[in-house]
Amino acid sequence: MTLYGILFYLISAAVIGATAIAITRKNLMHAVVYLIVSFFGTAMLFYLFGAPLLAAFEVIIYAGAIMVLFLFVVMMIREEPSGESVFPATQWVPAAFFCLIYVFVAAAMAVQTPGLNAPLKMLTASPIQFAVHVFEYHWFSIEVVSLLLLVALIGALNLGAGKSAHCGQDGEEEK
Amino acid sequence: MLLWIAGFIILLVKLTIVLGVVLFLAGYLVWVERKFLARLQVRLGPNRAGPFGLLQPLADIVKMLTKEDTVPDGADRAFFLLAPAVVALTALLMFSVVPFGKDITVLGQRVPLVITDLNIGLLFVFAMSSLSVYGVALGGWASNNKYGLLGGIRGAAQMISYELALGLSLVPIVMLAHSFSIVDIVGAQQKYPFILYQPLAFLIFVISAMAESKRIPFDLPEAENELVAGYHTEYSGMRFGLFFLGEYVHMMVFGGLLAVLFLGGWRGPFLPPVVWLLIKIFLVALFMIWVRGTLPRLRYDQLMTLGWKVLIPLALINILVTGAVGLM
Repeated sequence: MTLYGILFYLISAAVIGATAIAITRKNLMHAVVYLIVSFFGTAMLFYLFGAPLLAAFEVIIYAGAIMVLFLFVVMMIREEPSGESVFPATQWVPAAFFCLIYVFVAAAMAVQTPGLNAPLKMLTASPIQFAVHVFEYHWFSIEVVSLLLLVALIGALNLGAGKSAHCGQDGEEEK
Repeated sequence: MLLWIAGFIILLVKLTIVLGVVLFLAGYLVWVERKFLARLQVRLGPNRAGPFGLLQPLADIVKMLTKEDTVPDGADRAFFLLAPAVVALTALLMFSVVPFGKDITVLGQRVPLVITDLNIGLLFVFAMSSLSVYGVALGGWASNNKYGLLGGIRGAAQMISYELALGLSLVPIVMLAHSFSIVDIVGAQQKYPFILYQPLAFLIFVISAMAESKRIPFDLPEAENELVAGYHTEYSGMRFGLFFLGEYVHMMVFGGLLAVLFLGGWRGPFLPPVVWLLIKIFLVALFMIWVRGTLPRLRYDQLMTLGWKVLIPLALINILVTGAVGLM
């Protein structure tokens, strides 16, 4: 096994471990921090695969922006961990069902895909190559996603504007 | 293999020098700040430890290291202990992509005067600055103190708000330099520094970077007259010191970035490149101390209005104009 292979399995194990700890924590704050660790590991995997731009975006957007919002909300509510199980059966049974389906599909894909053992060439995508590829072959998906985000932005603005009419401005327009 | 070991040794030497110089300068920046601020307020400042109080930073370090490292009873121990390290570490890591000069040749081998020339250097800086939020937010939360919590929440809100303006203000720079690599950005300023092309981006960057570093007039997370000391209320000894180390290293990173992105980096006549970079960093730090001695703290709604309703729209317009000019 090469150095890259060892690193890959180490980081993957860390990501899976951190995620597993994150979903089993009763203390929400700890769960959020373990999820951040998991995103950080994912970024390292992207970097290992020769996609530094994606790695940077993973840290900036997921670990640095979205999780800060999670943290923000958790800090505001400050819920004391209760002794009972966190989720009722109506919530975790469907989730477990879909999770099982996913595991089967992933296993089937891993078995069926030919050339799994073929070694990959060492390549690094520069930001320019990445951008040219994305906007040349996937421009339609990009436009769809940006339209969706625009709709979400207008929705958030609408919700925020309706609220601030009652309790005044308090700078709650983060997302 | 021999080449690999040589590269590794060169990297270690560079890391040691940069870390040593940055920590030393951060210590003396505290002295400069106290002296300069004192002059602005018609005081003398530290003048007992050594000539002109020059040994004051050393005395402070000894004091902080020998103090008791207290952890409050209701605190979340692990987070409480780790939070200051996050602030200091992310600030120090940002220095790894700042170039100090042209490539030099040592024993027939080219040695670039930068720790690592990432092709996403600028984004690396943003990634680190967005992670430093966690030090503030988790430190404030883990102290189990209302002032700490309020300071942490304010810090998180302020930093994610201004990070947007900070990022958007630098998009025109990337458009002009055609690269995210900071070495390339310095290279693109061979004729004129970017401040001449992008004065608006410079202004937005200065304001939002000052807000990111949480200094007066943007020091709401630690506003003394309402929050005691904000997110670091419960900290003592060297952990308290680490928060401040983070702040002063952040000031220097800000100076370094300003120099590298807008003021031509290490370029300048007569003096060697490293000296020019240090002079630029020092001038930016002096400017920040001057601002601290001059302006009062913003109100919270003013802070948010400035970020969301003034700086972000301005930065977006600036990107549009730069793009239009670039297409013509």
